[in-house]
Amino acid sequence: MSQRPLPTVLEVRGLTKVFDRPAVDALDLTVCAGEFYALLGPNGAGKTTTLRMVAGLLRPDAGSVRVLGIDALADPVAAKQVMAWVSDEPMIYDKLTPLEYLEFVAGLWGCDAAVAEPAARELLASLGLGAHLQQRCEGFSKGMRQKVALAGALVHEPRLIILDEPLTGLDAVSARHVKGLLQARVQAGCTVIMTTHILEVAERMADRIGVIASGRLVAEGTLAELRQQNGQGDTSLEDMFVALVESEPVAA
Amino acid sequence: MSPFAVVSWFAGHEIRLAWRELLGMLTAGTRWRKPSVALIMAALLTFLHLPAWVVVGRFADIQAPLDTPTLIVVTASVFLAWALMLSQAMESVTRVFYARADLDLIMSSPVPLATIFSVRIAALALSVTLMALLFATPFVDVLVIGGGIRWFAAYGVVVAIGLSASAAAIALTVALFRLFGPARTRLVAQIVSAVTGAGFVIALQIAAILSYGTLSRFAVLTSDAAARFAPEPDSLLWLPARAMLGDGAALLPLLAGSLMLLGATMALFSPRFGDYVASVSPKTVRHSHRARPFRPVSRPGALRRKELLLLWRDPWLVSQTLMQLLYLLPPAVMMWRSFGSDNGALIVLAPVMVMAAGQLAGGLAWLTISGEDAADLVATAPLRASSITRAKIEVVLLIIVAVFAPLILVLSLVWPELAVITASAAIVAAGSATAIQLWFRVQGRRSQFRRRQTSSRIATFAEAFSSIGWAATAALALVLPVAALVAALLTAGLMAGTWRISPARG
Repeated sequence: MSQRPLPTVLEVRGLTKVFDRPAVDALDLTVCAGEFYALLGPNGAGKTTTLRMVAGLLRPDAGSVRVLGIDALADPVAAKQVMAWVSDEPMIYDKLTPLEYLEFVAGLWGCDAAVAEPAARELLASLGLGAHLQQRCEGFSKGMRQKVALAGALVHEPRLIILDEPLTGLDAVSARHVKGLLQARVQAGCTVIMTTHILEVAERMADRIGVIASGRLVAEGTLAELRQQNGQGDTSLEDMFVALVESEPVAA
Repeated sequence: MSPFAVVSWFAGHEIRLAWRELLGMLTAGTRWRKPSVALIMAALLTFLHLPAWVVVGRFADIQAPLDTPTLIVVTASVFLAWALMLSQAMESVTRVFYARADLDLIMSSPVPLATIFSVRIAALALSVTLMALLFATPFVDVLVIGGGIRWFAAYGVVVAIGLSASAAAIALTVALFRLFGPARTRLVAQIVSAVTGAGFVIALQIAAILSYGTLSRFAVLTSDAAARFAPEPDSLLWLPARAMLGDGAALLPLLAGSLMLLGATMALFSPRFGDYVASVSPKTVRHSHRARPFRPVSRPGALRRKELLLLWRDPWLVSQTLMQLLYLLPPAVMMWRSFGSDNGALIVLAPVMVMAAGQLAGGLAWLTISGEDAADLVATAPLRASSITRAKIEVVLLIIVAVFAPLILVLSLVWPELAVITASAAIVAAGSATAIQLWFRVQGRRSQFRRRQTSSRIATFAEAFSSIGWAATAALALVLPVAALVAALLTAGLMAGTWRISPARG
């Protein structure tokens, strides 16, 4: 008996964005429920532009984005309700405490205050911020700010979490906390799409890996599938990645 | 490197930074050729001679020895300039403490910190003095043209008050630092700076209202009572006034005293300036707030609550609101004094309140609309962009109503027609300022507030002129309705023109 296919959470078709040159070039991408998807690519490959268009931060020039069956371009509010976005530069409010920040996020997503508060406290505690709940974020390190931003993304229980370089600036212990938290969400049925330059993270955590270069998806699959596609059984992800992006013509 | 070489190298670095900051302020960060900037500045300075002539032209002929009322007026004017420079210098010192762009680099360099901070204090005094000289130039020129070269001594007085105001600002800020600690000094210093700048004029106005029923501060300065309390003509208090008129024997001790004061400040505070600056490290400034349960709220309500909380915790806004309220104090006293008697003088309240509402709304609108620190978060929230903008505008108007409603309410008891006109014009002025900020929005961070006026010169001028236009409309509405209509149409035309050239329309 064949296994039932997992429902699609994100379906991107022909996504295009042109600045002075094509940043994203007719990109197709499909991510299923409960998947941990890592998007890799060299600097300027179009990873962040792709994810910003999916998150509704940037209007594509062409193409479609469907999130849990919702047309994200036609009904962005409904699509945003089930998504969360965390950028590599944690943007939080200096004058708010982490708890106040999470209360604000919960309010924006229309969460029940009675449910959101214990969830916020638990999230912050699990990220090692339990002792800083009542301090303004202005004195926090970059890693602490990144954790507050991540807690904000998780507090409204999104079904699709999009993260752009979430481990930047985190120490080893904090990075492990964050990875554990994300894996727990995936096990609970949530979908995570993450860009990273840390190939080891993609290798160890991702169910599937997509490699993007010059705005196009040049390879995609599980680690084993990628090795098979490249015809080298024991090659490291790093070697495959370098080979893939170097074989791509450099954008003018 | 010898100590002299270190000082000259760092002084050069400071001057280069100050020059580029000034150039950036003048050119709004756009690429302008230096000759064009110089030409525009020269044209502006030349034009400023006209208002300067209106203000001080009639004083050019005054000769020493001055009578007591004139001595009081000149001395009070010098003191007012000193207070304004003190306010400006305090703002600069606070920036040195809290804006740590290059301090980590400087403090980790193998150069004695006392030397570095001596140069920085001197550079601060120099920039405050140069700015004062720039503003004073049209006034002094008018006096020189009208009254002879003896008035050149006024430049010396400006230098003296610039140096002494800088020294006082450093001493005062350090004193506040010791008194309130690093966490609170920024807010307290900004409030003290605002009160210092405006307080003197406002105190004179209140005294004039209470004693003579007029807003003119000259009423107090030229009164018999002031003359009775004034010291003898040979008192040291009149030194600045005598120096202004070209008395070299008065100017020299004034300049020497100011230089000594600045030198003493540098010697006293430079060795420990690094400690003060280091103690402002974000890690040492901790603000804690009592945790309270999450409260149910609608989505726009969450935005409104966040905006109000951030505005409440914004030191700049607190000090600016306080300043707006300070400016409203004389009209409020006037209203209280006129209660039940002749109300004619109250007409002056309308433009004051309308101007204040427009200016305050402009600042608030920038903070809420453009100064969004978590722009990505708000943009990815499940709300329509129009709902987000509406919630932010509601916050601006809510604060304007909260600040001005009590005064309008009292005014309505005294003169209902004037209250209706003032309230309407204040709302229109606040709405116009908010609309301009919306049309010219450039996403930034709240910490960039000081630069908001340089990000778009058109927006800055349009905001100022719309406030002036609506204030004029309100002032004329009861006494000259046709002129009010013309003022309103002109201001509406200005708004329409601003919209046409705004990026929002494109």
